[in-house]
Amino acid sequence: MMEPQTIVPISVGEIVTRAEQAKKDGNRLVQIGCTKIEDTFEILYVYDKDYRLTNYRVTVKQDDEIQSISGVYFGAFVYENEIHDLYGIHVKGINIDFKGTFYKTSVKHPFSVTITKEDDPCQNK
Amino acid sequence: MSKQITVPFGPQHPVLPEPLHLDLVLEDEKVVDVIPTIGYVHRGLEKLVEKREYTEYVFIAERICGICSFIHSQTYVQGIEQIMGLEVPERAQFLRTIWGEYSRLHSHLLWLGCFADGMGFESLFMNAWRLREHILDDLESTTGGRVIQGVCKVGGVRKDIAPEKLDEMLKGLKGLEHELQDLTNVFLHDSSVKHRLVNIGRLSREDAYYLGAVGPTARGSGLDIDIRKTGYGAFNKINFRPVVENDGDCYARCAVRAKEMFTSIDIIEQCIKKIPDGPVDMKVTGAPDGEYFSRAEQPRGEVIHYIKGNGRKNLVRHRVRTPTFTNIPPLVTLLKGCELADVPVIVLTIDPCIGCAER
Repeated sequence: MMEPQTIVPISVGEIVTRAEQAKKDGNRLVQIGCTKIEDTFEILYVYDKDYRLTNYRVTVKQDDEIQSISGVYFGAFVYENEIHDLYGIHVKGINIDFKGTFYKTSVKHPFSVTITKEDDPCQNK
Repeated sequence: MSKQITVPFGPQHPVLPEPLHLDLVLEDEKVVDVIPTIGYVHRGLEKLVEKREYTEYVFIAERICGICSFIHSQTYVQGIEQIMGLEVPERAQFLRTIWGEYSRLHSHLLWLGCFADGMGFESLFMNAWRLREHILDDLESTTGGRVIQGVCKVGGVRKDIAPEKLDEMLKGLKGLEHELQDLTNVFLHDSSVKHRLVNIGRLSREDAYYLGAVGPTARGSGLDIDIRKTGYGAFNKINFRPVVENDGDCYARCAVRAKEMFTSIDIIEQCIKKIPDGPVDMKVTGAPDGEYFSRAEQPRGEVIHYIKGNGRKNLVRHRVRTPTFTNIPPLVTLLKGCELADVPVIVLTIDPCIGCAER
């Protein structure tokens, strides 16, 4: 079995301070990802130090604005532009802001809708 | 101050098999700033979890990339298995490790060939790809597929390798090792190759770490980060040391990949000697209910498959953070200050896989 993992819920206002603390503690930024859960969006910030992950979860609505952590971790701009382009969540203060042109999609914010409709049982029931 | 001009690099460029665009801001011949652009071929494969049952989705996960395909499927299934608490048969873990290292070998040989081609060293390119064929032949004869193997499944693997075939692979690798030595000698010691690589595109250890560099890009800057050390698959039963170089230049990143091929051969040999008898898969019922960050070491570095399920046949989310995606910010940094003529070689040293990044 692999490493046990936990995800710590934090508020929108804590995003940058947690990033600053993570960097101060010697963590690298592993990724920022987003998941749509009904009408809300879960944004996961993942840091790593010595192969141990520290995960933070922020839950927001699509209209909410989150603060960029690219001032703390320069490389965060790729994740933050991705979240904006795929989910439509506005990220304030990105160091390299593509303003919606990071991904060239035929549908605007394609991941902001959920298409699952079936509720059949698994094939391997 | 010289007048600044912006030179577009890509998305179509001789050294780029896939579309990546860089706006290079130049002062004379020196690059002073870089704006990267991807997104030309974004496929949205992650969205297909909403249409495909989680057991079928492994075939899509494998098709994220045509080079490190096997490790994508392995990372995906090990995440599902972790959520469902499945104890996969040990033989299957060893087989996954063997195929994963074969994938690394063929990826590194592909890269070494492309890299030689990018430097204009055509015979070296052809020699690297000639050796790669031996690896692809072994992958094909054991899985049925050269590029897409399709052997990973939730709960194990679909195919076993007979003991006689394992012995044959062992002998084949011994012969290959000798030829690889000749090949890597050119990459590591030829004066014209070194002239193009040494002291070019430097990335400091600190920058590599905080910019999120992974794989040979990180290890070439002295960072001992290799997710295989976490012990996934059969790596907890294998002894190996990640290859680390300290200079942080193009030569160091090239040297890491060249030397890693011998580490992969050693890992495969250990696996073949230690592989236990037994089943290669198990019956799986139900669906995953939970979430997990599954990690593995691809040829280009750490890959993460975030998987979230709610007990239904379709996952809620499958998000893949590929190594190329996180190696883009380091690329921006290591291009700053270089000469325009060195840009193609520097770009190649992160081994960009846009297919992965545009999953």
